[in-house]
Amino acid sequence: MLQPIIEIDGVSKSFGALEVLKDLSFNVAPGEKLALIGPSGSGKTTILRILMTLETINGGTIKVDGEQLWHREHEGGLIPADERHLHKMRAKIGMVFQLFNLFPHKTVLENVTLAPILTKGAGREDAKRSAMTLLEMVGMAEKADAKPAQLSGGQKQRVAIARALALQPKIMLFDEVTSALDPELVEEVLNVMRRLAEETDMTMLLVTHEMSFAHDFADRVLFFDGGRIVEEGPPDDIFTQPKEERTQAFLKKIIAAGQRI
Amino acid sequence: MAQWSGYLELILQGALVTLQLTVLGTVVALIMAFLGGLGRLSRHWWIRWLATGYIEFFRGTSIFVQLFWAYFVLPLFGIPLSPLQAGVLALGLNVGAYGAEVVRGAIQSVPKEQYEACTALNLTGWQRMRHVILPQAFVLMLPTFGNNAIELLKGTAVVSLISLSDMTFQAQVVRAQTGETALPFLTILLLYFVFSTAISTAIRGLERHLARGLDGTRS
Repeated sequence: MLQPIIEIDGVSKSFGALEVLKDLSFNVAPGEKLALIGPSGSGKTTILRILMTLETINGGTIKVDGEQLWHREHEGGLIPADERHLHKMRAKIGMVFQLFNLFPHKTVLENVTLAPILTKGAGREDAKRSAMTLLEMVGMAEKADAKPAQLSGGQKQRVAIARALALQPKIMLFDEVTSALDPELVEEVLNVMRRLAEETDMTMLLVTHEMSFAHDFADRVLFFDGGRIVEEGPPDDIFTQPKEERTQAFLKKIIAAGQRI
Repeated sequence: MAQWSGYLELILQGALVTLQLTVLGTVVALIMAFLGGLGRLSRHWWIRWLATGYIEFFRGTSIFVQLFWAYFVLPLFGIPLSPLQAGVLALGLNVGAYGAEVVRGAIQSVPKEQYEACTALNLTGWQRMRHVILPQAFVLMLPTFGNNAIELLKGTAVVSLISLSDMTFQAQVVRAQTGETALPFLTILLLYFVFSTAISTAIRGLERHLARGLDGTRS
């Protein structure tokens, strides 16, 4: 088996007295498309945020691309990573947020070119050209000069995807990227992600409530509850014949809420 | 009345000094506001401590006393300042202390999602501040900066106490020489009003220009 691109080993995380991740371990293979599902508060978003270094961990270790994420090797042991190490590690990872988090004072094009120019020393013209290719791919090239406030939610999210891709990360994290969208705008964002999954060999982690999309998109599904993985497997197994009672109960609720799986 | 035009010229000369004080004082105040405001948010405790000390001290003591210090006391320590320098320094430091709290508040009111997007895009702390946070925070600072600049303009009148011949000082001179009270004071009253209106109009224009397309920071 290939060396995993993400190795999560015994990770725990608490917010105050609330323990959101409990001794969590799992690996992700390079190029794997992984869907994280489960009830709200089950810890799935926290995992993405930890991988993006937006949250620290309280215990355990994480390796990304063979290197410690939150630690640094020092004289045979591990010490907490400093900002320089985190900066190096973040270059491997991109994230798309539920609320888009575009920069409102910059145009669509500037949103996409800002980070490549600043962090990779890309030339203005090169950055522009690459950005236009990406905007083309997400169907937003025509709006290159618009400000985010002039866009619909679905359009904003497509720009946010292009912005994250501009740094050419090995791993992409999608955190409930359609949850804030009106129902009629969900599909345009999912289409972009489908294309991305087909056309690239990027590793993708997806936290979602869109079960039918998770079914089509993912190579593997992890079902979370209470900060632990309750069940994992190929989407066909998880969605059609879940073994665990909690998985069954969760999916039943989802179906009762009107979603197709 | 022919005589009055000569006195008016005197007052207008004072108005120039007032403008000079306002512009230079505002520049010093802006620099101090950003130093103090960013200092309050520093990762290093001793920078936070220095910034807090500056802000509390200059907000907590009288502008008159600060001015007297700059003009009368600093020379005793071998730092002689001209009346204009002393005025600019005292006004700039005083108003800058108020401005620092505005800078801090505006920076802190940029939603945390914007910071997180910067982390996800691997920007350094400085790049984040320079390209993402400050441009958004600056729009929020502007209205209060406008008020502060007007406060500074009105505060310039105190420099007449250290014999700097600003607008208020010249009005006193005219009053002393002519015995006329209402006219010189009415003149400077109107001039102060015209200047402050100019400041608030300029700030409003700048605000409109910068805020274009900036509704909803969560976009």
